[in-house]
Amino acid sequence: MLLIRCPYCEEERPELEFRNAGEAHIARSADMAATSDDDFEKFFFIRSNPKGIIYERWRHMHGCARFFNAVRDTVSDRFLMTYKAGEPKPAKLPGAAK
Amino acid sequence: MIAAFRIPGAGRLKQAETARFSFDGQSYAGVEGDTLASALLANGVHLVGRSFKYHRPRGFLSAGAEEPNALVEIKRDFARKTPNVRATVQELYDGLTAQSQNRWPSLAFDVGAVNDIASPLFSAGFYYKTFMWPKSAWKNLYEPKIRAAAGLGVAPDQPDPDHYSARFAHCDVLVLGGGAAGIAAALAAAETGVRVILADEQADFGGSLRFESGAKIDGQDGFAWAQGAVATLKAMDNVRVLSRTTAFGYYAQNFVGLVERVSDHLQNPGREQPRERLWQVRAKRVVLATGAIERHMVFADNDRPGIMLASAARTYLNHYGVAVGRNVGVYTANDSAYAAAIDLKKAGVGVAAIVDLRDNPTGPIIDEARALGIEINFGRAVIRAGGKLRVSSMTVQPKNGGGERTIPVDAIMMSAGWTPSVHLFSQSRGKVAFNDETKRFVPGTYAQDCVSVGACNGTDGLSATIDEAYAAGAKAAKDAGANTVKGTKPKVDASESWSRGMLGAAPGAGPDTTVKAFVDFQNDVTAKDIRQAVHEGMRSIEHVKRFTTNGMATDQGKTSNMHGLAIAAETLDKPIPQVGLTTFRAPYTPVTFGAIIGHARGPLFDPTRKTAIHPWAERQGAVFEDVGQWKRAWYFPKAGEDMHAAVDRECVTVRKTAGLFDASTLGKIEVVGPDAAKFMELLYTNPWEKLEPGRCRYGIMLREDGFIYDDGVVGRLAPDRFHVTTTTGGAPRVMNHMEDYLQTEFPHLNVWLTSITEQWAVIAVQGPKSREIIAPLVEGIDMSDGALPHMSVREGRICGVPTRLFRMSFTGERGFEVNVPADYGQAVWEALWAEGQKHGACAYGTEAMHVLRAEKGYIIVGQDTDGTVTPGDAGLDWAVGKKKTDFVGIRGMARPDLVAKGRKQLVGLKTKDPKVVLEEGAQIVGDPKQAIPMTMIGHVTSSYWSQNCGRSIALALVAGGRDRMGETLSVPMPNGTIEVEVTGMVFFDEKGERLNG
Amino acid sequence: MKKYSVFAIAREAMRGHKGWEEQWSSPEPKKDYDVIIVGAGGHGLATAYYLATVHGITNVAVLEKGWLGGGNTGRNTTIIRSNYLYDESAGIYDHALKLWDGLSQELNYNVMYSPRGVMMLAHNVHDIQVLKRHVHANRLNGIDNEWLTPEAAKEFCPPLNISRDARYPVMGATLQRRGGTARHDAVAWGYARGASARGVHIIQNCEVTGVKRAPNGAVTGVETTRGFIGARKVGVVAAGHSSVIMNMAGVRMPLESYPLQALVSEPVKPVFPCVVMSNTVHAYISQSDKGELVIGAGTDQYVSYSQTGGLHVLQHTLDAICEMFPMFTRMKMLRSWGGIVDVTPDRSPILAKTPVPGLFVNCGWGTGGFKATPGSGHVFAHTIARDDPHPINAPFTIERFRTGRLIDEAAAAAVAH
Repeated sequence: MLLIRCPYCEEERPELEFRNAGEAHIARSADMAATSDDDFEKFFFIRSNPKGIIYERWRHMHGCARFFNAVRDTVSDRFLMTYKAGEPKPAKLPGAAK
Repeated sequence: MIAAFRIPGAGRLKQAETARFSFDGQSYAGVEGDTLASALLANGVHLVGRSFKYHRPRGFLSAGAEEPNALVEIKRDFARKTPNVRATVQELYDGLTAQSQNRWPSLAFDVGAVNDIASPLFSAGFYYKTFMWPKSAWKNLYEPKIRAAAGLGVAPDQPDPDHYSARFAHCDVLVLGGGAAGIAAALAAAETGVRVILADEQADFGGSLRFESGAKIDGQDGFAWAQGAVATLKAMDNVRVLSRTTAFGYYAQNFVGLVERVSDHLQNPGREQPRERLWQVRAKRVVLATGAIERHMVFADNDRPGIMLASAARTYLNHYGVAVGRNVGVYTANDSAYAAAIDLKKAGVGVAAIVDLRDNPTGPIIDEARALGIEINFGRAVIRAGGKLRVSSMTVQPKNGGGERTIPVDAIMMSAGWTPSVHLFSQSRGKVAFNDETKRFVPGTYAQDCVSVGACNGTDGLSATIDEAYAAGAKAAKDAGANTVKGTKPKVDASESWSRGMLGAAPGAGPDTTVKAFVDFQNDVTAKDIRQAVHEGMRSIEHVKRFTTNGMATDQGKTSNMHGLAIAAETLDKPIPQVGLTTFRAPYTPVTFGAIIGHARGPLFDPTRKTAIHPWAERQGAVFEDVGQWKRAWYFPKAGEDMHAAVDRECVTVRKTAGLFDASTLGKIEVVGPDAAKFMELLYTNPWEKLEPGRCRYGIMLREDGFIYDDGVVGRLAPDRFHVTTTTGGAPRVMNHMEDYLQTEFPHLNVWLTSITEQWAVIAVQGPKSREIIAPLVEGIDMSDGALPHMSVREGRICGVPTRLFRMSFTGERGFEVNVPADYGQAVWEALWAEGQKHGACAYGTEAMHVLRAEKGYIIVGQDTDGTVTPGDAGLDWAVGKKKTDFVGIRGMARPDLVAKGRKQLVGLKTKDPKVVLEEGAQIVGDPKQAIPMTMIGHVTSSYWSQNCGRSIALALVAGGRDRMGETLSVPMPNGTIEVEVTGMVFFDEKGERLNG
Repeated sequence: MKKYSVFAIAREAMRGHKGWEEQWSSPEPKKDYDVIIVGAGGHGLATAYYLATVHGITNVAVLEKGWLGGGNTGRNTTIIRSNYLYDESAGIYDHALKLWDGLSQELNYNVMYSPRGVMMLAHNVHDIQVLKRHVHANRLNGIDNEWLTPEAAKEFCPPLNISRDARYPVMGATLQRRGGTARHDAVAWGYARGASARGVHIIQNCEVTGVKRAPNGAVTGVETTRGFIGARKVGVVAAGHSSVIMNMAGVRMPLESYPLQALVSEPVKPVFPCVVMSNTVHAYISQSDKGELVIGAGTDQYVSYSQTGGLHVLQHTLDAICEMFPMFTRMKMLRSWGGIVDVTPDRSPILAKTPVPGLFVNCGWGTGGFKATPGSGHVFAHTIARDDPHPINAPFTIERFRTGRLIDEAAAAAVAH
């Protein structure tokens, strides 16, 4: 069971309190109706599914109920950092932080 | 009476306290503190099991958790039977009843042992090469025979009366293993004041101090020191000490699963006592002090009962006071077996000879053995053991060949060296490294916040172990936040030390022999099986393992893996590290299912949700159905009614007078805020901005891909307040879906979402008399059609409590849904029920609700739609705001395939024979005479007998359905084809006049 | 290839089993091949086998980063069935099922296909509707699948708890009698032996690190930890790692890879005669020939390549097992493990050509790929050999996610594989 730091609660809590919400930083188009079939496919279906660093969303379901973003290594399952929804992709990741 | 092999004065048990027990029907006496193994050995019983494949007679290999052979069934009563219990771990209690396994008719005479004679045929992987002809014989003949022969014990066949418990815990330092290393580490950490948990799988702490007679710490015997130290730890507030507790799994982020055996060692466990308890511990730092496991020697017939690990024999003597024989042979490749021989000799047990593979080892321990007059043979190998049900001799030969000599023995103690227990370290995803000098894998690269100390780290000798462990314990505490360091390191006064040894097959099990030199005892894997696997092209150790089943028995290779690896490496002519090690997986030792599930059984398997009105329905004799976690009243049978009769009556009554329906399980979400309408515009297909407060609208929610996700009636209570209803099952995911968009895509909207499902009980009152039933109880709401038209909502009071009163209908009749605070739900229901009785109203359940709505062609999302249905497919285009420029799903529903012709559309179906009710899920075809596979053009989504229509009715998804009105289609069933006519979806009151009727 | 038989075993028994051949050879990679298959799991090896036997293409290499059969092939709970709802799914899974029946003889390797019956439980009215929809569709597609009452279900599987007092009582079940299990290792090894004997190179410990393309975009070969290996065609059959390999070729995939755990109990005498699946309470169980209860768990919730998962996922699974089979609480978990399953948005696989000439992909089997192994390999070999899909796999394109023409078994049925 993972241990996840909620950036809103500023606490590490067990995974049971959280719900994974898929890849992060996939923005919904402001003009959705005008999106091409290809772009819609990219938006809704295509995923980067990286072996390594993933940017993903979690929801602190049984806590503050907020959605937030996390950076995690999908090989070790180690979290590098978490940050609030709406914040940009971090330019720099903490090194070997645990 | 003292048992025959109990040595007076030896061991630590109080020999007076006796416990009677039985094994295979024979009664024996043991001593309090015995394991089943030590008690049997005290009575001279070595034969306790049969092996998996060859049914070879087997005795005890070990005195601990690594035991592959001595598995028995323990039976407390008819329901409390536990198979595959290791006799070396099971503590004795008065009245214990044990039975051997995998033998017929008896342990001493087992028919299955014919497999041993035929064993040349049963070579590694033989079953992949035969049993293929004729084709059907695998399932009908061979497999049943193989299955019957396989397996070990017998699974219980009764529900388990015992219960299991679970605890979560956090600590700063978790110490796994309570030998000298673990205790020293725990002491160092505990003295700083941080929270410490120390766990050990045995009943007593001390680990190898149980048998190391030469260990002295702080002036005491090592084992006595361990007891004192643990007592000190137990007395500290910041320390939790868990005995009989096995750490079985090391998961991500220092999360460790441990199982505590609470009552299996007790004669009469209290009713309140769980059998086992699961501990799930999150630790800041973990100290692994899991010790090492002795390996056996691989030689011909090394599995005969009476042949065991030297450390086991020593444990039986030094701890339990039991001699494993009267004339014991020793076969070794390292020093530790000498210590065993010396202890036995000193206790008065005959030691026939030590056979040592090494050429000229020297050292004080060898000198001591020699001084005691024990015969020592260097450079020699035991090439086979004699005896069948019990070892009777060992045949010795110079290891490079030469004359044989047979020495009579009644037991053999063996040691090929020690394997560090890196299981948990490896589970933590740490990488092991091979030490070529000492021929062992030790912890290399760490992946988590843990440290290995003592024998599991390849540290030899008690002094070095305690130095290392004490320092590691202190450092772990410091890393976990401790800032004070005090206390004193235990002082080692005398210790034993050995390392080295050998891996793989000893001479005599050499490549050109056909002997059975066992590597994995339980699974009957021999050295030649492993060589054969390599010859057949298995070059990865994982292939060797799977092909031979080496290391796959209940002991998971604790004694066999390293030998198997070495033999494979030798055959491949590769260094051991290049062949690799198989992955260690949880659990370390087998874990009871019950312990893992804890309390999650029966009613606690999953929470049950009940509405406020549930007790009333129960009193009325309602039959309930499960809908998600909810229990919903399905129908209310009167005396003598079956389901159909009840449902028919309920349906007719609703349309004739009225009915009450508990709709409380419907999901309810309050959408509030200045931008509430904007938010609703984005989340639902419908337009909302212009909906007047006090009015309701049927809303459809899509996923982004354009398929229907949920639906429900939404009331606008105020310009900035919507009362949204969802399907019963959909409520949590709809809430999550809404929150997701609000928080991440539309955070600029000023809106709050609140789940109010549990806050409001909902009573639907439907039928021509519904207004008359409600009106007398309502205050402050004008209930006339003009003031409260269909699809409107008012706030007021009913029975003196607040209500949100919806005028809406899921039956096509004049109808209301009375929302009241859940605490008043039952009281208001009962008041309405009393009013209803005056008019002849009934209570109706979900089944009648389904029928009534189907008569009107109202869909149920999840039944008439299935996640592949668009609003257009469902005939709900009218509910999609045509002028809207955005809503979730607007783009998805415009994709090429979603607007293509010929999509499946919802329609009504009438069977040609009105009495025939279609089966839900039945498939529809055009031409019933076509050959299989048929072209299916749709399926029945809803189908009922409608008493109100006097015929059956159905809804169906049919390709191009709305262009097929009046067409005759077919529903082929196993016993004949049913003809149906495609119709509209409304079967009753097509004009909708009854809404105001 | 020397034939396996009881006579061969007897012959070898006489001479200490010294005469067995290598089941597959371990050659050094050549400079180039007609076809490279990336991934020596069951699907990849089956593809190579059928390329050789059906299409006569033997200049083939199967590249494997670890040991053959070591991925999901060797980690799954070996359930085989074909009672899928949609014609497309039923088509491919039943194609596989027909090949399972007879595969031991075809390969001269006992894969222990055991049609002991797969039962799927209904616990509520919705389950009944969904499962009956399957039964009817299967019947008209010529696939055996029958409806059982709770009593009939218990008769078929005596340990089943059909008490009305269960938290989620059993209200009925479907049974596909041709469904069952097979021995996973044997499938990989049997195909490897058959392919190797026909000249296919199986190259283990050879990880693909790049996909090379010509200026016109076509595939020319792969970079590996053992150097560049050229090929005219490359088939990616890398399960959980498929999107990693496809990314090397510049193709982004509609895939996510999740941990999927399973466990076995200690071996016991025969107690469980069939396969039982329950999607409502999430439990999948059978008993192996060795006697272990083989139990499949659900996926963890996050993308991961760690081959491990949370203890709570196993707990949830065992909760369900013990709810349906209350006598098993005293059984013991012997071993648990994890695999990496690649999941598509519609839970159906992709077996198709790709936008890159010469590049083919077979992935997205999610939690249910083992059962499809022979059929998948068979039609994928066809697709590679002919540069054109077999009619059976024609619907399983990548393009369906653009057009919306999904094969959504999960949405349609709320049924896991």
